[in-house]
Amino acid sequence: MSNLTTLNKATQLAYLDNNATTQVDAKVLEQMLPYLSEFYGNPSSIHQFGEQVGKAIEHARQQVQALIGASYSSEVIFTSCATEASATAIMSAIEAFPNRKEIITSVIEHPATLELCQNLERKGYTVHWIKVDARGRLDMEAYKQALSSEVAVASFMWANNETGSLFPIRGMAELAKQHGILFHTDAVQVAGKLPIQVADSGIDLLSISGHKFHAPKGVGALYLRRGAKFRPLLRGGHQERGRRAGTENSSGIVGLGKAAELAMQSIEQDSARIKMMRDRLEMGLLARIPHCFVTGDPRHRVPNTSNIAFEFVEGESILLMLDQHGIAASSGSACTSGSLEPSHVMRAMDIPYTAAHGAIRFSLSRFTSEEMIDQVLAVLPGIVEKLRMLSPYWDTVSNQPAEQSFSPVYA
Amino acid sequence: MWNYSEKVKQHFFQPKNAKAVDHANAIGDVGSISCGDALRLSLKVNPDSDVIEDAGFQTFGCGSAIASSSALTEMIIGQTIDQVMRISNQDIVDFLDGLPPEKMHCSVMGMEALHAAVAQYRGEEVAEEHEEGELICKCFAIDDALIKRVVSQNNLETLDEVINYTKAGGACAACHEKIEWVLEECLGTPLADPIVTPASPSKANTIVGKIRLIEQALEQVRPQLQADGGDVQLSDVEDDMVFVSLTGACNGCGLSGATLAMIEQKISAVLGETITVYPTGAASLA
Ligand SMILES: Cc1ncc(COP(=O)(O)O)c(C=O)c1O
Repeated sequence: MSNLTTLNKATQLAYLDNNATTQVDAKVLEQMLPYLSEFYGNPSSIHQFGEQVGKAIEHARQQVQALIGASYSSEVIFTSCATEASATAIMSAIEAFPNRKEIITSVIEHPATLELCQNLERKGYTVHWIKVDARGRLDMEAYKQALSSEVAVASFMWANNETGSLFPIRGMAELAKQHGILFHTDAVQVAGKLPIQVADSGIDLLSISGHKFHAPKGVGALYLRRGAKFRPLLRGGHQERGRRAGTENSSGIVGLGKAAELAMQSIEQDSARIKMMRDRLEMGLLARIPHCFVTGDPRHRVPNTSNIAFEFVEGESILLMLDQHGIAASSGSACTSGSLEPSHVMRAMDIPYTAAHGAIRFSLSRFTSEEMIDQVLAVLPGIVEKLRMLSPYWDTVSNQPAEQSFSPVYA
Repeated sequence: MWNYSEKVKQHFFQPKNAKAVDHANAIGDVGSISCGDALRLSLKVNPDSDVIEDAGFQTFGCGSAIASSSALTEMIIGQTIDQVMRISNQDIVDFLDGLPPEKMHCSVMGMEALHAAVAQYRGEEVAEEHEEGELICKCFAIDDALIKRVVSQNNLETLDEVINYTKAGGACAACHEKIEWVLEECLGTPLADPIVTPASPSKANTIVGKIRLIEQALEQVRPQLQADGGDVQLSDVEDDMVFVSLTGACNGCGLSGATLAMIEQKISAVLGETITVYPTGAASLA
């Protein structure tokens, strides 16, 4: 893994962890490079060094506007990442409406939202944590119940990063609007995967992150609907019309713009191709490996994600063995993240503990090839079988889960 | 990902003695699937010489859990029971050229399984010794006796170290305060900035009144448990301790941790004082 020479043999590697981050597209990099060398001016400067860069940033703003279907390019604010964009959105909403002391969000948000809301809860805000069912579908009744004029902001992810499942964001935004609640969506895992039309959707704020769709890390954007009340998180400069102080990451922003343009161009055909590969991978694994199932809501998901829970095996062990075969995936299991429990998403969906520890996420991109899928289909069944053979919960003779054989005194 | 030593990788990718030993006369089981790792160690011990002639492991868990199990079997084959009882979890770590701090509990699991197997071989009642300890971490069912043993053997000084070595406190975090108390007891000095919960006055002043209120609280949670195929019974009440037995589906350790926490909250709410709920009966430790 850490060995660069092995990483360079890129042809043999199957990178299926695109929800964690993606490869920078060569066309994106090419566009960026001049902004790391000859065009080094500060876009705020009056001279031509600055002007060139300023124009490039405005062009990127239009490219992002097109990707998310916003009415005006000025509705796009560049940030350092989606975490910053979401924090800006939520903090802005509660500062803009100081008399509203409630927040609505879900229990399966990305930590960028989850931990921010937990912190606000400690500071005295009431947070309505909306639960999900076993398929990761939002409890819409509870959501409707929570709506009131006491709520400053509702923040929900459009697609979940672990399962790819979608929340019905448009309808939810409409409902929030009726109570004057600002609606924010973390669209990190939809941008570049499904078309977005944010104009006239009821969405007030929307976060995206460049590195999830082939732009570099360290650049993101916040959509802010024209006319929505706003308070900046970072103050101290007039950049981004005073809405986000700090000298712009010009090369990153140019890269984000180009990546948005490329995604726009290819979203339909890429998504269809990616979905076919994802489905082939999923069906293939379900057919070849007993005792596994897809988590989340398979019929309402982004096209690139498949999360499969393998019963009676532990995720980290699977990932280590996949890695040995040059396959990169990820896991919501406890051990890989350093925490000791399965991910909050698996727990929220009440995935049985026999399977939650063995949930593996495969996430594809337009750089995924059929060969990579073949590679996984070829090796994963053997890996799961090998690990099950090691396990006290597996009966090696019948090749079935062992029945009640394991009940330690020390537990 | 983790920075595993070559030795760990070797024992993970090509584990030694991954099997159930035929005609084993000592078996040590630790962990559970809900906790994310479990190990069954089976030994064939020569009853005349006390020499371990064969050892095998079956492990559900992460890379370092499998590697620690494999290493353990290599370390003990050919040794006598007395010799292996001197093996500490640190010896397993050293054998593997180190483990990441967050994975130290895997070595402790190996040691615990060994002790359980030896106890069984010697015909000792492990269960009773184990039940003497006060249950500290409900999510992973870890008692103070284990924490104290691991703290003293590894000279642990901080809460984070205890979590890394024992997993206690690694899930819901509700027991962090208690772990700090156990640590203080071991170290003989108060830790920096201990958290102190002020005692609140009790609203139910007779024991009968108290039990009635507790039964009411349990009545509230029962439908939820029964929906999942489980149930809860009140066993005993003593000062601020409430003992319950969970049955049926509630009774897997990771999930019963959450159930107990919920019950605790409900009872604390009706009594207007902070109580602690303890699971009773052997089943609750499984
Ligand atoms: C759903 C979701 N939201 C937010 C983020 C955070 O994005 P960033 O790394 O740009 O802060 C991620 C990335 O991990 C994500 O998947």
